[in-house]
Amino acid sequence: MIEIHELHKYYGDRRAIGPVTARIEKGEIVGLLGLNGAGKTTTLRVLACDLLPTSGTVRVDGVDVVEQPEKVKQRIGYLPDVPPLYGEMRVREYLAFAGKLRGMSRADIDRRIAEVAELTETGGVLDDLIASLSHGYRQRVGIAQAILHRPALVVLDEPISGLDPVQIVEMRDLVRSLGGEHTVVVSSHILSEISETCDRILVIRDGQIVASGTEAELSERLLSGMRVDVSLRLGDLERAGIEAVLGGVDGVQEVEEIDPLEPGKGVVSYSVQASKDVRDALCRALVQADVGILQLARSKHELESVFLQLSAPVEGLKRAKRKRRRRVPKPEPAPAQVEEQP
Amino acid sequence: MSRALLIARRELYAYLRSPLGSVIIAGVLLFDGIYFYWQGLTEKLLSAQVLQQFFYGASGATMVASIVLSMRLLAEERQTGTLTLLNTAPIRDRDIVLGKFLSAFGMIALTTVLTVYMPLLIFVNGKVSVGHIVVGYLGLLLLGAATVSIGLFASSLAKSQVVAAIVGVVILVPMLLLWALARATDPPLNTFLAALALHHENQRAFMVGTLELWHVVYYIAVSYFFLLAATKSLEARRWR
Repeated sequence: MIEIHELHKYYGDRRAIGPVTARIEKGEIVGLLGLNGAGKTTTLRVLACDLLPTSGTVRVDGVDVVEQPEKVKQRIGYLPDVPPLYGEMRVREYLAFAGKLRGMSRADIDRRIAEVAELTETGGVLDDLIASLSHGYRQRVGIAQAILHRPALVVLDEPISGLDPVQIVEMRDLVRSLGGEHTVVVSSHILSEISETCDRILVIRDGQIVASGTEAELSERLLSGMRVDVSLRLGDLERAGIEAVLGGVDGVQEVEEIDPLEPGKGVVSYSVQASKDVRDALCRALVQADVGILQLARSKHELESVFLQLSAPVEGLKRAKRKRRRRVPKPEPAPAQVEEQP
Repeated sequence: MSRALLIARRELYAYLRSPLGSVIIAGVLLFDGIYFYWQGLTEKLLSAQVLQQFFYGASGATMVASIVLSMRLLAEERQTGTLTLLNTAPIRDRDIVLGKFLSAFGMIALTTVLTVYMPLLIFVNGKVSVGHIVVGYLGLLLLGAATVSIGLFASSLAKSQVVAAIVGVVILVPMLLLWALARATDPPLNTFLAALALHHENQRAFMVGTLELWHVVYYIAVSYFFLLAATKSLEARRWR
């Protein structure tokens, strides 16, 4: 469906992206994940024919973006990071204008406005001035114009940027609903957004795709073992004792105290890095030591770690880790106890 | 062409809905009215001379209005991000430029037509021919088209409307002052420079009611040149 081969884009002497090689299949929802300045927007602008590549090829349904940009544009709907809206127009007029720009007939435009208004839940504001709309509705109208002409490929640049939590959930549902009928490429620097919305993730760093796969594939490929977050209530056993219990479990490589995962008096939380799945062993050891377990689960930050490893500069990654965690030295087994064994 | 007209219609709609369009129309009418009264009606002049004075004043107002109207055409779209909608729609850059040009030129034409009551006053109360009035207005429209094209080109280069206006003036003023340079030079250079001046020699023919093909061709050529330059500038931005 979309074939990107050895794509480069330079702004003057500065390389913005490249080399980028990727393939996106029909009906997929693909997330382009990267930090600010990684090259996400440039990649999407090239896909949407807003920019031309310096070198390399991009083909949409076999049509080259440089050789036949107008044919490619017929197949693409694009929502940039700032929705391209004319404030003085009413939503219905704006959508009609966008439809006519794409060569749609009057009857088709009327039919599609009703359909996309239902899909994007903009039916109630169709006759409102765009200037009077909230940020969330502007994003929705932006998506409505992008899908109005039934494009094969929908390109969305940070569609949840600036939305409130309720709008984020609604926007996720909307993006998910576009999959299947459309191929969707959505960019974000927010990991949870991408992992919850997309079938596949392309991680971009310094203008290059450094990893590609589903969340599970990336975790499996890039994380050795498993990280478990544990939240406990301090009782008779103090921190040092708890850390000794955790560190003594077979397979545990590292124990780090982290910010408490839940509020409460005497609550401490640890992140345990292990070479294998140690959840049951940890549970048994803590129960035997009579420590109150509030929660014990695979770390939600696991994929975040993958993302940081892949996309952040090494120094930035170290700083981020230092800020969040305090490493607890793994306790050495007591030699005296060994000697007491029969 | 239909997409260009679509863009032109939307732009005209934007002008007429925003205060900018009304302010420019009001400003031009006010200036032309005062100038007409001050230069034309307070001195003892022949009807044809009054009409000539009117066209002289109106040409100045037309140039200023053209630059103000055109400075926003592409720079504002770039500023607000709406240029992306046009860039990613299946239309050619020349259609975008043509549509923008037609909208600003339409506003200039509307403004110019609204001043027609002044020449009509001379026509009713004095002795001027319809041909003089028609040719004078043709000159104003051609000058407006050329100035809008210059402003549109400037707008295609700049990221802000103010910078676009400044760039437009920087291009316009030397083109106006070519006649002064022509006076300071010897033949045959002076004839050549005078023929290239945007206003003096080329516009005067229309003001006195003379229709000469060369002057018409001159304004069309200037308009075409700057519209082409604006199109190329728009195309070049995709490669940067």
